[in-house]
Amino acid sequence: MKNRTTVERKNERELVVTRTFNGPPHIVFEAWTRPELLKRWWAPKSAGVSLLSCEADVRVGGKYRLEFGREGSKPMAFFGRYVEVTPPARLVWTNDESDDGAVTTVTFEEQGGKTLLVMHELYPSKEALDRAIAGMEGGMREMFEQLDELLVTLGPNVGRS
Amino acid sequence: MVQYIQGRFDVSFAALSHATRRGVLEQLGRADASITDLAEKFHMTLTGMKKHVGVLEQAGLVTTEKVGRVRTCKLGPRRLEEEVAWIERYCQLWDARFDELDKVIDVLKRKEKVDGRKNRG
Repeated sequence: MKNRTTVERKNERELVVTRTFNGPPHIVFEAWTRPELLKRWWAPKSAGVSLLSCEADVRVGGKYRLEFGREGSKPMAFFGRYVEVTPPARLVWTNDESDDGAVTTVTFEEQGGKTLLVMHELYPSKEALDRAIAGMEGGMREMFEQLDELLVTLGPNVGRS
Repeated sequence: MVQYIQGRFDVSFAALSHATRRGVLEQLGRADASITDLAEKFHMTLTGMKKHVGVLEQAGLVTTEKVGRVRTCKLGPRRLEEEVAWIERYCQLWDARFDELDKVIDVLKRKEKVDGRKNRG
Protein backbone atom coordinates (compact mmCIF):
# COMPACT_ATOMS: atom_id res chain seq x y z
CA MET A 1 0.00 0.00 0.00
CA LYS A 2 1.12 3.52 -0.81
CA ASN A 3 2.24 5.72 2.08
CA ARG A 4 0.79 9.20 2.39
CA THR A 5 2.74 12.44 1.87
CA THR A 6 1.69 15.45 3.92
CA VAL A 7 2.75 19.09 3.59
CA GLU A 8 1.96 21.71 6.18
CA ARG A 9 2.89 25.35 6.64
CA LYS A 10 3.93 24.99 10.25
CA ASN A 11 4.37 28.70 10.85
CA GLU A 12 5.17 31.91 9.01
CA ARG A 13 8.63 30.74 7.96
CA GLU A 14 8.45 26.98 7.82
CA LEU A 15 7.07 24.17 5.66
CA VAL A 16 7.05 20.56 6.86
CA VAL A 17 6.81 17.52 4.57
CA THR A 18 6.35 14.02 6.04
CA ARG A 19 6.27 10.52 4.55
CA THR A 20 6.92 6.94 5.75
CA PHE A 21 9.08 4.59 3.65
CA ASN A 22 9.04 0.79 3.71
CA GLY A 23 12.72 0.38 4.39
CA PRO A 24 15.18 1.06 7.21
CA PRO A 25 16.81 4.50 7.60
CA HIS A 26 20.24 3.46 6.27
CA ILE A 27 18.67 2.53 2.94
CA VAL A 28 16.51 5.67 2.67
CA PHE A 29 19.52 7.80 3.65
CA GLU A 30 21.59 6.15 0.95
CA ALA A 31 18.96 7.02 -1.67
CA TRP A 32 19.18 10.70 -0.62
CA THR A 33 22.94 10.92 -0.53
CA ARG A 34 24.29 8.99 -3.52
CA PRO A 35 23.97 11.25 -6.60
CA GLU A 36 23.37 8.33 -8.97
CA LEU A 37 20.40 7.27 -6.80
CA LEU A 38 19.19 10.83 -6.09
CA LYS A 39 18.79 11.54 -9.78
CA ARG A 40 16.58 8.49 -10.25
CA TRP A 41 13.78 10.03 -8.19
CA TRP A 42 14.27 13.81 -7.84
CA ALA A 43 12.69 14.74 -11.18
CA PRO A 44 9.59 12.55 -11.62
CA LYS A 45 8.01 12.53 -15.08
CA SER A 46 4.81 14.12 -13.79
CA ALA A 47 6.75 17.25 -12.76
CA GLY A 48 7.16 17.99 -16.47
CA VAL A 49 10.87 18.77 -16.30
CA SER A 50 13.87 16.55 -16.81
CA LEU A 51 17.05 16.45 -14.80
CA LEU A 52 20.00 17.51 -16.95
CA SER A 53 22.70 17.04 -14.34
CA CYS A 54 23.04 16.10 -10.70
CA GLU A 55 26.14 16.63 -8.62
CA ALA A 56 26.18 16.13 -4.86
CA ASP A 57 29.27 16.08 -2.70
CA VAL A 58 27.50 14.87 0.43
CA ARG A 59 29.76 15.87 3.32
CA VAL A 60 29.83 18.92 5.60
CA GLY A 61 30.67 21.93 3.41
CA GLY A 62 30.23 19.92 0.21
CA LYS A 63 28.20 21.41 -2.63
CA TYR A 64 25.25 20.14 -4.62
CA ARG A 65 23.92 21.32 -7.95
CA LEU A 66 20.92 19.97 -9.85
CA GLU A 67 19.99 21.34 -13.25
CA PHE A 68 16.54 20.99 -14.73
CA GLY A 69 15.24 21.72 -18.17
CA ARG A 70 12.08 21.90 -20.12
CA GLU A 71 12.34 21.62 -23.87
CA GLY A 72 12.97 25.00 -25.46
CA SER A 73 13.59 26.89 -22.24
CA LYS A 74 16.65 27.91 -20.27
CA PRO A 75 17.81 25.31 -17.71
CA MET A 76 17.11 26.04 -14.05
CA ALA A 77 19.68 25.29 -11.38
CA PHE A 78 19.06 24.31 -7.79
CA PHE A 79 22.23 24.56 -5.69
CA GLY A 80 23.70 25.01 -2.25
CA ARG A 81 25.85 23.38 0.43
CA TYR A 82 25.50 20.57 2.94
CA VAL A 83 25.89 21.85 6.49
CA GLU A 84 25.21 18.65 8.41
CA VAL A 85 25.57 15.02 7.34
CA THR A 86 24.81 12.46 10.05
CA PRO A 87 24.23 8.99 8.57
CA PRO A 88 21.63 7.57 8.69
CA ALA A 89 19.66 10.06 10.77
CA ARG A 90 19.99 13.65 9.62
CA LEU A 91 20.84 15.75 6.60
CA VAL A 92 20.87 19.58 6.45
CA TRP A 93 21.56 21.74 3.41
CA THR A 94 21.28 25.36 2.36
CA ASN A 95 19.81 26.71 -0.81
CA ASP A 96 22.06 29.39 -2.26
CA GLU A 97 20.15 30.53 -5.35
CA SER A 98 18.99 33.73 -3.63
CA ASP A 99 18.76 35.48 -0.28
CA ASP A 100 15.27 33.96 0.04
CA GLY A 101 16.67 30.40 0.02
CA ALA A 102 15.51 27.99 2.71
CA VAL A 103 17.58 25.76 4.99
CA THR A 104 16.32 22.20 4.61
CA THR A 105 16.60 19.64 7.41
CA VAL A 106 15.67 16.03 6.69
CA THR A 107 15.44 13.52 9.53
CA PHE A 108 15.19 9.75 9.08
CA GLU A 109 13.64 8.02 12.08
CA GLU A 110 13.46 4.24 12.48
CA GLN A 111 9.95 2.98 13.21
CA GLY A 112 9.65 -0.81 13.31
CA GLY A 113 11.83 -1.49 10.27
CA LYS A 114 10.34 1.45 8.39
CA THR A 115 11.52 5.06 8.16
CA LEU A 116 9.57 8.16 9.11
CA LEU A 117 11.00 10.97 7.04
CA VAL A 118 10.38 14.58 8.12
CA MET A 119 11.62 17.44 5.98
CA HIS A 120 11.64 20.98 7.39
CA GLU A 121 12.17 23.90 5.06
CA LEU A 122 12.97 26.99 7.08
CA TYR A 123 12.89 30.29 5.14
CA PRO A 124 14.81 33.38 6.34
CA SER A 125 11.54 35.34 6.75
CA LYS A 126 7.77 35.20 6.29
CA GLU A 127 8.21 37.34 3.18
CA ALA A 128 10.68 34.85 1.69
CA LEU A 129 8.23 31.96 2.07
CA ASP A 130 5.36 34.11 0.76
CA ARG A 131 7.49 35.00 -2.24
CA ALA A 132 8.36 31.34 -2.81
CA ILE A 133 4.64 30.55 -2.82
CA ALA A 134 3.85 33.47 -5.14
CA GLY A 135 6.84 32.56 -7.33
CA MET A 136 5.64 29.01 -7.90
CA GLU A 137 2.47 30.59 -9.27
CA GLY A 138 4.53 32.54 -11.76
CA GLY A 139 4.49 35.63 -9.59
CA MET A 140 1.60 37.75 -8.46
CA ARG A 141 2.51 40.48 -10.90
CA GLU A 142 2.32 38.11 -13.87
CA MET A 143 -1.01 36.80 -12.65
CA PHE A 144 -2.37 40.32 -12.56
CA GLU A 145 -0.95 41.03 -16.01
CA GLN A 146 -2.73 37.96 -17.35
CA LEU A 147 -5.95 39.08 -15.69
CA ASP A 148 -5.49 42.50 -17.26
CA GLU A 149 -5.04 40.92 -20.68
CA LEU A 150 -8.11 38.80 -20.18
CA LEU A 151 -10.04 41.87 -19.14
CA VAL A 152 -9.03 43.60 -22.37
CA THR A 153 -9.97 40.51 -24.41
CA LEU A 154 -13.36 40.30 -22.79
CA GLY A 155 -13.96 43.88 -23.77
CA PRO A 156 -16.13 46.63 -22.34
CA ASN A 157 -19.13 44.38 -21.75
CA VAL A 158 -17.61 42.73 -18.69
CA GLY A 159 -19.63 43.59 -15.66
CA ARG A 160 -22.76 44.39 -17.63
CA SER A 161 -25.53 41.92 -18.15
CA MET B 1 -24.22 28.98 -10.20
CA VAL B 2 -22.90 30.27 -13.51
CA GLN B 3 -24.22 33.67 -12.60
CA TYR B 4 -22.51 33.48 -9.24
CA ILE B 5 -19.17 32.66 -10.86
CA GLN B 6 -19.68 35.35 -13.49
CA GLY B 7 -20.48 37.81 -10.74
CA ARG B 8 -17.41 36.86 -8.78
CA PHE B 9 -15.17 37.18 -11.84
CA ASP B 10 -16.55 40.61 -12.62
CA VAL B 11 -15.89 41.78 -9.09
CA SER B 12 -12.31 40.39 -9.18
CA PHE B 13 -11.52 41.88 -12.56
CA ALA B 14 -12.85 45.22 -11.51
CA ALA B 15 -10.84 45.02 -8.29
CA LEU B 16 -7.63 44.10 -10.08
CA SER B 17 -7.98 46.43 -13.03
CA HIS B 18 -6.61 49.41 -11.08
CA ALA B 19 -2.85 49.83 -10.57
CA THR B 20 -3.26 51.30 -7.07
CA ARG B 21 -5.36 48.33 -5.95
CA ARG B 22 -2.76 45.89 -7.26
CA GLY B 23 -0.14 47.92 -5.39
CA VAL B 24 -2.21 47.70 -2.20
CA LEU B 25 -2.39 43.89 -2.54
CA GLU B 26 1.37 43.67 -3.02
CA GLN B 27 1.87 45.91 -0.02
CA LEU B 28 -0.46 43.81 2.16
CA GLY B 29 1.39 40.71 0.97
CA ARG B 30 4.42 42.11 2.79
CA ALA B 31 2.62 43.29 5.94
CA ASP B 32 -0.79 44.28 7.26
CA ALA B 33 -1.39 48.05 7.17
CA SER B 34 -3.93 50.65 8.26
CA ILE B 35 -5.90 52.66 5.72
CA THR B 36 -3.95 55.74 6.85
CA ASP B 37 -0.62 53.97 6.13
CA LEU B 38 -1.85 52.91 2.71
CA ALA B 39 -3.17 56.38 1.85
CA GLU B 40 0.21 57.88 2.73
CA LYS B 41 2.18 55.26 0.82
CA PHE B 42 0.13 55.75 -2.33
CA HIS B 43 -0.10 59.53 -1.96
CA MET B 44 -3.85 59.77 -1.86
CA THR B 45 -6.62 60.98 0.41
CA LEU B 46 -8.08 58.82 3.14
CA THR B 47 -11.43 58.84 1.35
CA GLY B 48 -9.83 57.73 -1.93
CA MET B 49 -8.00 54.86 -0.24
CA LYS B 50 -11.16 53.81 1.63
CA LYS B 51 -12.90 53.42 -1.74
CA HIS B 52 -10.11 51.24 -3.17
CA VAL B 53 -9.99 49.07 -0.06
CA GLY B 54 -13.79 48.77 -0.22
CA VAL B 55 -13.59 47.39 -3.77
CA LEU B 56 -10.88 44.89 -2.77
CA GLU B 57 -12.89 43.87 0.28
CA GLN B 58 -15.99 43.20 -1.82
CA ALA B 59 -13.92 40.92 -4.06
CA GLY B 60 -12.73 38.94 -1.01
CA LEU B 61 -9.13 39.95 -1.72
CA VAL B 62 -8.78 42.02 1.45
CA THR B 63 -10.38 41.95 4.89
CA THR B 64 -10.43 44.85 7.33
CA GLU B 65 -10.85 45.05 11.05
CA LYS B 66 -11.42 48.14 13.17
CA VAL B 67 -9.55 48.23 16.45
CA GLY B 68 -10.13 51.44 18.38
CA ARG B 69 -9.87 54.21 15.81
CA VAL B 70 -7.63 52.35 13.39
CA ARG B 71 -8.91 50.18 10.54
CA THR B 72 -6.31 47.50 9.71
CA CYS B 73 -6.27 45.81 6.31
CA LYS B 74 -4.92 42.36 5.53
CA LEU B 75 -5.08 39.90 2.65
CA GLY B 76 -8.46 38.21 2.47
CA PRO B 77 -9.68 34.61 2.17
CA ARG B 78 -9.15 34.53 -1.59
CA ARG B 79 -5.41 34.84 -1.04
CA LEU B 80 -5.53 32.06 1.53
CA GLU B 81 -7.19 29.83 -1.06
CA GLU B 82 -4.18 30.47 -3.29
CA GLU B 83 -1.81 29.36 -0.57
CA VAL B 84 -3.84 26.20 0.03
CA ALA B 85 -3.75 25.48 -3.71
CA TRP B 86 0.02 26.01 -3.81
CA ILE B 87 0.60 23.68 -0.86
CA GLU B 88 -1.59 21.08 -2.58
CA ARG B 89 0.58 21.26 -5.72
CA TYR B 90 3.79 21.21 -3.69
CA CYS B 91 2.51 18.08 -1.96
CA GLN B 92 1.79 16.46 -5.35
CA LEU B 93 5.37 17.17 -6.47
CA TRP B 94 6.87 15.55 -3.37
CA ASP B 95 4.39 12.69 -3.55
CA ALA B 96 5.49 11.97 -7.13
CA ARG B 97 9.16 12.14 -6.08
CA PHE B 98 8.54 9.81 -3.17
CA ASP B 99 6.76 7.27 -5.41
CA GLU B 100 9.97 7.09 -7.44
CA LEU B 101 12.03 6.99 -4.25
CA ASP B 102 9.96 3.94 -3.14
CA LYS B 103 11.21 2.12 -6.25
CA VAL B 104 14.85 3.01 -5.50
CA ILE B 105 14.40 1.79 -1.91
CA ASP B 106 12.93 -1.52 -3.13
CA VAL B 107 15.94 -2.07 -5.40
CA LEU B 108 18.38 -1.30 -2.56
CA LYS B 109 16.51 -3.60 -0.18
CA ARG B 110 16.62 -6.49 -2.67
CA LYS B 111 20.30 -5.87 -3.33
CA GLU B 112 21.06 -5.88 0.40
CA LYS B 113 19.22 -9.19 0.81
CA VAL B 114 21.17 -10.81 -2.03
CA ASP B 115 24.50 -9.42 -0.73
CA GLY B 116 23.63 -10.66 2.78
CA ARG B 117 23.06 -14.17 1.45
CA LYS B 118 26.33 -14.05 -0.48
CA ASN B 119 28.24 -12.89 2.59
CA ARG B 120 26.80 -15.69 4.68
CA GLY B 121 28.17 -17.98 1.99
